[in-house]
Amino acid sequence: MSHIEKISGGYVHFDIQGQSHRVYFETAGTGPVLLCLHTAGSDSRQYRGILNCSAITERFQVVCFDLPHHGKSSPPAGWQQREYRLTSQLYVDTIIGFMQAMDIERPLAMGCSIGGRVVLHLALQHAEKFRGLIGLQSGAHVNPYYNLEWLHRPDVHGGEVCAGIVSGLIGPHAASDDRWETLWHYMQGGPGVFQGDLHFYKSEGDLRAIAHQIDTRKCPLHLLTGEFDYSCTPDDSRDLAQMIAGAHLKIMPGLGHFPMSEAPAEFIAHLLPVLQQFH
Amino acid sequence: MNELPVLDDWLVHRGRFVNLVFMLQSGEKEWLIKLHDGAIESIQTGPFVMPRWTFRLAASSQAWEKHHAATPTPGYHDLMAMCKFRHLRIEGDQHGFMCNLLYFKDLIKALSGVMQ
Repeated sequence: MSHIEKISGGYVHFDIQGQSHRVYFETAGTGPVLLCLHTAGSDSRQYRGILNCSAITERFQVVCFDLPHHGKSSPPAGWQQREYRLTSQLYVDTIIGFMQAMDIERPLAMGCSIGGRVVLHLALQHAEKFRGLIGLQSGAHVNPYYNLEWLHRPDVHGGEVCAGIVSGLIGPHAASDDRWETLWHYMQGGPGVFQGDLHFYKSEGDLRAIAHQIDTRKCPLHLLTGEFDYSCTPDDSRDLAQMIAGAHLKIMPGLGHFPMSEAPAEFIAHLLPVLQQFH
Repeated sequence: MNELPVLDDWLVHRGRFVNLVFMLQSGEKEWLIKLHDGAIESIQTGPFVMPRWTFRLAASSQAWEKHHAATPTPGYHDLMAMCKFRHLRIEGDQHGFMCNLLYFKDLIKALSGVMQ
């Protein structure tokens, strides 16, 4: 049966670190903003289940955007002349710039993987700008376990290898449709984008030395981590939660690294009690 | 020579550019698996004196048992997960393996009967 989802989208133009960008966003619902941040090498389609969940959109305005280079957001002019490298400051500046351009004030922000890491940076740098922060698959650091050069070289198909790298991060019980939708997003990533995001995730964005400085009295922090994630493992999130006084951690049995995309209904059951605290 | 497992036609199609020999190692046991256009051409059982292979996947028999279990254990449910937790070692020229990573993940699952 045909139907049209109650999601609208558009393009917003704003400067990030002095350079003009064209960024794609999607939104659904009304209420305080729930700003959703996608994983490395993917885009905001990962939040299709959240954007279509009436239990959430009746209480929150869900807003997602594709990072530059990702999804329908353009890379900045001159991208073809340099390697893409996401850094902590570039990521934070992008999020704050997007919020200013969209007139979003004190949202509840939820990010997964690199998004789960950057919410920690937001907590450290801009706690007053957020109603609360939710880190999915959030850890202070991730040890590399394969050579990242495989992700971006002309003799290996980037889409195939990126999907191959992340396929096992999906929980083994995920429905086939959601599993392959999640992998499709990875197969569509631009050359070097996943690898460039992982620069932030696996080296530059290491927060082990300062994560304890996060003050959850200024901004509440909730952590939700899937049991089968071997990139950011449950133990990584447990270590993080122990570093931060007042952080709340829930391990999600059966789920993997992409809870909102690989198993939307199961994830939403874990998320709703958290959202309840912010409405 | 082992009896060859029957591979799904779609899996063979996905591996249609794979032509190499790789070694599977489970504890002390070894197998040399020759692939031609994505299909298994032969499986030889070790021990070998001077084996030649492009890459080798080596893990303990217990690790492979957990990998092939119907109810997967976190950390053993995927080849890259096994690498992360040092349950699996991938040696040699990994180019063909990485170029066809999704294919090899499914191929290894299809070889569970061979590794008994």
